[in-house]
Amino acid sequence: MAWLDRTARGLFMTELVKGFALTFSYMFKPRVTLNYPYERSPLSPRFRGEHALRRYPNGEERCIACKLCEAVCPALAITIEAEPREDGSRRTTRYDIDMTKCIYCGLCQEACPVDAIVEGPNIEFATETREELFYNKEKLLANGDRWEPLLAANIAADAPYR
Amino acid sequence: MPKLTIDGIELEVAPGTSVLQACEQLGIEVPRFCYHEKLSVPANCRMCLVEMEKAPKPIASCAMPCGEGMVIKTDTETVHKARKGVMEFLLINHPLDCPICDQGGECDLQDQAVGYGFDRGRYGEEKRAVKDKNLGPLIKTIMTRCIHCTRCIRFSDEIAGVSVMGATGRGEHMEIGTYVEAAVSSELSGNLVDVCPVGALTSKPYAYTARPWELRKTESVDVLDAVGSNIRIDTRGGEVLRILPRLNEAVNEEWISDKTRYAHDGLKRQRLDRPYIRENGKLRAASWEEALALTASKLKGAAPEKIAAIAGDLADAESLLALKDLLGGMGVASLESRQDGSAIDAADRAGYIFNSTIAGIEQADQILLIGTNPRWEGSLVNARIRKRYLQGGLTVTVLGPRVDLTFPIEHLGNDATLLNAIADGSHPYAETLKAAKKPLLILGSGALARPDGAAVWAAARAVAEACGLVREDWNGFNVLHRAASRVGALDLGFLPAKGGRDLAGILDGARKGEVEVVYLLGADEIDAQNFGRAFVIYQGHHGDRGAHRADVILPGAAYTEKNATYVNTEGRAQHTRQATFPVGEAREDWKIVRALSGALGKPLPYDTLQQLRKRLADANPVFAQIDRATPAAWGAFGTAGAVAAAPFTLPVENFYMTDAISRASATMAECTEAFVSPAVAERTGTHG
Repeated sequence: MAWLDRTARGLFMTELVKGFALTFSYMFKPRVTLNYPYERSPLSPRFRGEHALRRYPNGEERCIACKLCEAVCPALAITIEAEPREDGSRRTTRYDIDMTKCIYCGLCQEACPVDAIVEGPNIEFATETREELFYNKEKLLANGDRWEPLLAANIAADAPYR
Repeated sequence: MPKLTIDGIELEVAPGTSVLQACEQLGIEVPRFCYHEKLSVPANCRMCLVEMEKAPKPIASCAMPCGEGMVIKTDTETVHKARKGVMEFLLINHPLDCPICDQGGECDLQDQAVGYGFDRGRYGEEKRAVKDKNLGPLIKTIMTRCIHCTRCIRFSDEIAGVSVMGATGRGEHMEIGTYVEAAVSSELSGNLVDVCPVGALTSKPYAYTARPWELRKTESVDVLDAVGSNIRIDTRGGEVLRILPRLNEAVNEEWISDKTRYAHDGLKRQRLDRPYIRENGKLRAASWEEALALTASKLKGAAPEKIAAIAGDLADAESLLALKDLLGGMGVASLESRQDGSAIDAADRAGYIFNSTIAGIEQADQILLIGTNPRWEGSLVNARIRKRYLQGGLTVTVLGPRVDLTFPIEHLGNDATLLNAIADGSHPYAETLKAAKKPLLILGSGALARPDGAAVWAAARAVAEACGLVREDWNGFNVLHRAASRVGALDLGFLPAKGGRDLAGILDGARKGEVEVVYLLGADEIDAQNFGRAFVIYQGHHGDRGAHRADVILPGAAYTEKNATYVNTEGRAQHTRQATFPVGEAREDWKIVRALSGALGKPLPYDTLQQLRKRLADANPVFAQIDRATPAAWGAFGTAGAVAAAPFTLPVENFYMTDAISRASATMAECTEAFVSPAVAERTGTHG
């Protein structure tokens, strides 16, 4: 009897009708695609995007050159050099991240004792040349200044779960 | 020999062994802060608590001597609880600023807090804060981190012999510091940083530069004095960042002098990084081919008797031998390694080494210091004498300028003729020496550099022979050198051959035009203006005195940049190991000499370091016995003659600047300003 069943289905094109029916049914469902870049999906506060070095509200840089991020980085993307600043405090003279090496694991921000290095929500930092992806301290601090309200909000949102 | 049981293992230990030491013999780790092997036992940190059967409470294992039938448990609930409690108390006032602390990563407190501590703090009240002290240009203090283990106090009291540190106040108000704010003026002060188990005392020049896990560690040997302290060179990316001591009970125990530890920043300054040739009175950069061709043509163009070579204080045995082979092969007789004009020669090895060995000082009961300040000429030798002094029953007698040596001395006077008087028995001190069980004399290198040095040398030998310093099982005749290259050069016979000129002869000849070419192998302690119109070839690593006068400069490698052999004042051959590469176009010194031999058309018969080391061992078997002080047979040396009545003078005026490396060091300049200049000002009476 199986052959009769198969022939009947072939004759009446039920698969085709079912398929078109499914396609047609989606015309009445909400869209899932986004009109990027004019529309964006929501990001988790824990999203790990482009790095930034944060400052304290008084403008003092947070990073104290403890080098824990450099030590923990599995891709060896971070390079730090430090020396005493004029006021005797411990600061970096060089803080480089090679964004082409970075695997965005987020261990650097986990290791940071002062929430200085963070991975922000920015994902749109593609560049035309490779060299532009070698971030230095100036670039990272500028990132921090630009994203600070969001960065602070993200950290605050995640704080209850830590 | 008490027998005890530790964690179910029975063992027998020497009487007087503490429980902690017994645990260590078994390989059981007992955490501790205040206990240090080389220091006395105060038992005040309470971290080493262990459980003893029949004792009502845990005992401090560092201070408890082993007794017969003791049963010790180091791994019980009580012990864990006790350690956790002690750790929690220690951390009450500790700032927990590990991320900005230089000790982070190599901190005893950090490690032990992870290993034995509680996993959270329960202390919510105010922490105390302590004002930082100024301990001078070498030691940085963050006194809030101090856990009052008192290791620094005990180190400065016992090892360094300067009782400047102490604790004031009690309990919560206890503070460590110098009672009167003053820099720690000791040549061993850098070791305070090592003994501090936390980050309260850290190295000032090294502040915030690196983390221990970033550093590449190379085990090497120091060459800034003739002690040959064993060191560990920590480098990162081709830069020497710090130098730490390495344990060697026979030489430096676990201490090093401040010069050894802090002079390394001189390796970055004033370096000769490429060959130079003098043209129209000015040095211009040149290529190796040019410089070697010029050097070769000058050496070829002069008659062998018009060529002379002087080796400096930092020259390694390999380059000394290569240069000797090269110039000796050309028939040059005027080879000189005694830059200070010392009368010492290679006639008898026992005459120029530290025969009793540095460790042998601990057996001595009578020490005679002749024209030397061991504190500045060999700081670790002085530390060893002080260690012996603390054991009791030692008298130190000084013949020469009166100096503060960190232990009491008896001063015979400063008249060189006293040596003759002791030798012939007319001076009462001869009886004292004869009565001593293990008498020892230390002859300073400055005493041998006098015009009558050979006679002083002979007189010292006469003292040694007349007063029983040299016996079957004991040789108490010691020469304390200052230059790391000296004993090696003497062992290799880098000295004027028959008909050759000595230092004075070379300088005199150069002035008169009889010496036309002078080869300086890192010789910087001679006034270079004395070379007259001679063509000066300088091979070395720093633009110091020698390079200023040079007509051609061949850039060599410093001691951290080459695998080389140095023989210390005891006659102990030791290897330095390459920690970084020579700067710029500079090369290892023996390779330069080898290349020069090629340019001269007389290639030396060795192309690798192994071949050269084999040749070294053939030249003198001492070089085959690495890290061992080879005893030398007693023989005749010195030239008997009239010892002038002139007083001895000390050769080292500034401990912190004695060679090209330390003269280029900014840290050493700061030390000079802090410790030496004020003392000099005081002497001239211009202060106040």
